[in-house]
Amino acid sequence: MKSNRSISWNRNRAVLGVLATLLVLAATGCRQDMHDQPRFEPLERSSFFEDRKAGRMQVVGTVARGELNEDAHLHTGFVGDDLATTFPFAMTREDLARGRQRFDIMCSPCHGRVGHGDGIVVQRGFRAPPSYHSERLRGVPPGHFFDVVTNGFGAMGDFSDRLSVEDRWRVAAYIRVLQLSQAATMGDLPGDVKSEFQDAMGGAR
Amino acid sequence: MAQIFHPSTNTISRFSIFGALFAVAGLLWLVLFMNRSYYSTQVNVPREQPVPFSHKHHVSGLGIDCRHCHTSVEESAFAGIPPTKTCMNCHSQIWADAPMLEPVRESYRSNESLEWTRVHDLPDFVYFNHSIHVKKGVGCETCHGRVDQMPLMWKENTLQMEWCWSCHEQPETHLRPRDEVFAMGWKPAESQAELGPKLAAEYNVRSALDCSVCHR
Ligand code: HEC
Ligand code: HEC
Ligand code: HEC
Ligand code: HEC
Ligand code: HEC
Ligand code: HEC
Repeated sequence: MKSNRSISWNRNRAVLGVLATLLVLAATGCRQDMHDQPRFEPLERSSFFEDRKAGRMQVVGTVARGELNEDAHLHTGFVGDDLATTFPFAMTREDLARGRQRFDIMCSPCHGRVGHGDGIVVQRGFRAPPSYHSERLRGVPPGHFFDVVTNGFGAMGDFSDRLSVEDRWRVAAYIRVLQLSQAATMGDLPGDVKSEFQDAMGGAR
Repeated sequence: MAQIFHPSTNTISRFSIFGALFAVAGLLWLVLFMNRSYYSTQVNVPREQPVPFSHKHHVSGLGIDCRHCHTSVEESAFAGIPPTKTCMNCHSQIWADAPMLEPVRESYRSNESLEWTRVHDLPDFVYFNHSIHVKKGVGCETCHGRVDQMPLMWKENTLQMEWCWSCHEQPETHLRPRDEVFAMGWKPAESQAELGPKLAAEYNVRSALDCSVCHR
């Protein structure tokens, strides 16, 4: 009797031991992987939403904080019904430097660094844009440049997702700079720049 | 009682204790080796992508700046992957019928995202931020290698802690002027040993080694 009971007790213990071991082993399968935690990284895929995007789009018509965009001049390039003829904020030297940098990054592949419309992508077959130095484009108000960058123009796609409104104005101002620089005459140059230029041109007067 | 073991087993047992030390050390070495191997870090292994996008063609062939596509790299933690529209701004006319670009056009028509395969992916318990590295003068090339020579993207560095650490310990050995952060193949005109400390002072670069810098 007694020995029988102790055998079954031993067997129970063995079974329990095996079960416990299995449980521990199984539990490693449900460990929370710290490498891939239950949160989304930017642009990650989601299995929950129908469009499989974890980042949610704003519902059309939402006005988020800081996006009221009341200033029509700044945000649309129009004053009333007309294209703005002025810039919505004063352009400092830093603004122009920033405009130049953004122009070189975003626009120069097609328009070229100086704006003649002969960038590398055009050389590879993209429709050639008009030169900024044409009579017509020298005459348009800066609001037109802003409008083209914001809404696109013909074959050219818009850049509203890649340039902030302020940067679009800075780029517009830089296009004006390019236009002025390409039409400049010797008489427009300040004295020191003039002599530097003449030296570079081989001393020709 | 007769001896069970021959006296020579004494030597064998001594030797096996000694050998076990080597076996354990060898095993540890194997684990560390595997951890650093191409197999587990995927360094230098080009990734297949739904569209064979070539940085080589777009960056060195066409001279397009990184920020034309990776627009948020200067302001945010995340560098940004360009939306389909960015490709279509050019590919509406360039290679507009190429079968290779069909997934891009399909994505543009259907408004479904292209699903690129991630090449760099830190574990979620590590915090990384692009903007501070850009502002303090660490070039894209320093971490991502010669992107302008990659027909398909691969990982140039392991992204393991010892790699981050080796630079955070001595950041001045890797700094370049801010204007050159996006350039590929940049070399200092003077020696790095002279330039580095100057830039570190100018940009106020510290050696950020607290655990909480990267694990927060
Ligand atoms: C992918 C090539 C491409 C890029 C990049 C590009 N453009 Fe254009 N742009 C064009 C083309 C092509 C036209 C002519 C469009 C047409 O007439 O159908 C054009 C026209 C223009 C015009 C003249 C509109 C008119 O009245 O004729 C302006 C101004 C302009 N772009 C500004 C910009 C600015 C600013 C940027 C950078 C933020 C930029 N573009 C980037 C291709 C490009
Ligand atoms: C014409 C657009 C474009 C330009 C310009 C561009 N990239 Fe990319 N980049 C992409 C696309 C699209 C991907 C995703 C596909 C891939 O990984 O190849 C990508 C991926 C990457 C990745 C890997 C992301 C990951 O999955 O971990 C790195 C790193 C990167 N780019 C760095 C750069 C650098 C550095 C430059 C500038 C020298 C640059 N890119 C210029 C479009 C561009
Ligand atoms: C600024 C313009 C521009 C942008 C933006 C752009 N591409 Fe291109 N891409 C080109 C040009 C130009 C060529 C042709 C290159 C040549 O002829 O050498 C090209 C070629 C290609 C090719 C052909 C194979 C090759 O590499 O030669 C593929 C694929 C491609 N691009 C994919 C993309 C994808 C995907 C995107 C969006 C992330 C993109 N491109 C964004 C201008 C652009
Ligand atoms: C200090 C090293 C370092 C520098 C400098 C750096 N990167 Fe990265 N990059 C990384 C790491 C690490 C990741 C992976 C981030 C993650 O998994 O969260 C990454 C990821 C990326 C990605 C994928 C998207 C993302 O943000 O996760 C792109 C695109 C990219 N880098 C582009 C660039 C460009 C362009 C530059 C130059 C301005 C640059 N990187 C500079 C280390 C660096
Ligand atoms: C080539 C050099 C280099 C590499 C590689 C590098 N870093 Fe950095 N990192 C820097 C520099 C320089 C700073 C700026 C330190 C300062 O002055 O605050 C910095 C700052 C940071 C900061 C912000 C510090 C703060 O105080 O907020 C984080 C987070 C960071 N790095 C994470 C990483 C991670 C994670 C990796 C590896 C995946 C990495 N870094 C690799 C150079 C590097
Ligand atoms: C410069 C950034 C940085 C700093 C500072 C840093 N770590 Fe890390 N740490 C990392 C990265 C990146 C990884 C991920 C490595 C990988 O992917 O294998 C990591 C991984 C780890 C891991 C997990 C290792 C594994 O194999 O899963 C531990 C534990 C850790 N770090 C501890 C620390 C401690 C303790 C400190 C402070 C002394 C520290 N870290 C400081 C970047 C950092």
